[in-house]
Amino acid sequence: MIEVKDLVKSFEGREVLKGISMIFEEGKTNLIIGRSGSGKTVLLKNLIGLMRPTKGSILYDNRDLTKLSSYQMKALRQEMGMIFQGSALFDAMTVFENVYFPLDMFSSLSKSEKIKRATSCLDRVNLSDAGHLYPSEISGGMMKRAAIARAISLNPKYLFCDEPNSGLDPQTSLVIDELISDITKEYKITTIINTHDMNSVMNIGDKIFFIQEGNLEWEGTNKQILTTKNEALNDFVFASDLFKKVKAIEMDEINNK
Amino acid sequence: MLLIGSLEKLGQYAMLMRKVLTRPQKWRIFLQQLSKEISKLGVDSISIVIIISFFIGAVIVIQIALNINNPLLPRYTVGYTSREIILLEFSSSIMCLILAGKVGSNISSEIGTMRVTEQIDALEIMGVNSANYLILPKVVGLMTFVPVLVILSMFFGIVGGFGVCYFTNAVPVADFEFGLQSFFKTYYIWYAIVKTIFFAFLISSIAAYYGYFAKGGSLDVGKASTNAVVVSSILILISDLLITDLMMG
Repeated sequence: MIEVKDLVKSFEGREVLKGISMIFEEGKTNLIIGRSGSGKTVLLKNLIGLMRPTKGSILYDNRDLTKLSSYQMKALRQEMGMIFQGSALFDAMTVFENVYFPLDMFSSLSKSEKIKRATSCLDRVNLSDAGHLYPSEISGGMMKRAAIARAISLNPKYLFCDEPNSGLDPQTSLVIDELISDITKEYKITTIINTHDMNSVMNIGDKIFFIQEGNLEWEGTNKQILTTKNEALNDFVFASDLFKKVKAIEMDEINNK
Repeated sequence: MLLIGSLEKLGQYAMLMRKVLTRPQKWRIFLQQLSKEISKLGVDSISIVIIISFFIGAVIVIQIALNINNPLLPRYTVGYTSREIILLEFSSSIMCLILAGKVGSNISSEIGTMRVTEQIDALEIMGVNSANYLILPKVVGLMTFVPVLVILSMFFGIVGGFGVCYFTNAVPVADFEFGLQSFFKTYYIWYAIVKTIFFAFLISSIAAYYGYFAKGGSLDVGKASTNAVVVSSILILISDLLITDLMMG
């Protein structure tokens, strides 16, 4: 579980995050949504320790990220997995080497066990045939799957995803969503996804946090999102006609029941 | 403003070097990286070093033979002067300026691209000291291999000069050979090697600094690469002056 308490982040006096508090539960897919520039990426960067909060605390199972020594921080980082928007696979390494790298760097397993673990991670994301290829030789969807395999190679307790579906077709997006959701439940990971994709919100959002201008505007489940009266959230989620129709149908069904 | 900006950069560079110059997290991985970097930055530069040294060596001999055409000066002066130019300045300083262009832009663009495509962030999230993992093998690799390049450059520079004498008879070969062997001090070789090891540190660390702090997209990576070459070239020239004064003065 990750608990954020009164998180404030300012840049040259301008507050981007204005005292956000939230709890990300274990074994659940937690989605952070919001308009561009609302502070989602800054929040994620604070959560993973790439930025230091101006005020507030971030508790990883009661360990305050803002107060950890560099040694403790290094240990915590090994419990984290991250899937970047552009995958961030290492260009100079093959897909297999990308997955093997964290194991080689941090695991105390023998070489054969590390190879076995990397192979099983690639199997888990259906990439066992692409291990010998370089990132430049595979598609965007495969890159995302390789990034997932790399992120789970060290059995992380916390998984972070920054717009995992950006640049992917709807079908591949669905595959990636399901993969992340399955892995979250399978390994009981605390997963946090930063997304714009409303399909993801509806499909895998166990818990959704809506950020508006640096504040936590709304939180709830994907079922509750359909019945919410929050205007800002409705404007954001149901901006397209398609989603407006979906909402109308869902509401009809709920009313009929 | 310019002074404050420069001081800020100097501070940022010092902080980066503090992260770089630490014990590698895993020696085995460091040694693997080191051998890759020696191959990429050093071995792959051999051909360009040989080609440039051979031709510049030849041109130096032609120029000196044409310009020191005085009956009062012995003919072996051409061999002697060419050797001193090649050993003391060309194979060390000028060759490092050329390497600053080739190797410096390579390092800067590679690390810069890793920065803008979030690969460095990915390393940091894993708990890897990205500066140490990426930069230290490059710095150590170039510093290790540069003396080899300098020796090769000296050898092929002299071979180029010898070739000119042999084929054009600008200076009789025997006189050239005599000049090459006259008043030789082995200290000059050590001076050139020490100088280039220092230059190798400048080239690799400055290029890595510009790449590591690159921001934006491909245009900014290109800009970082250009800045790295310009700044390291200027610093090579300044430090050449200081080292020469310290070691030869």
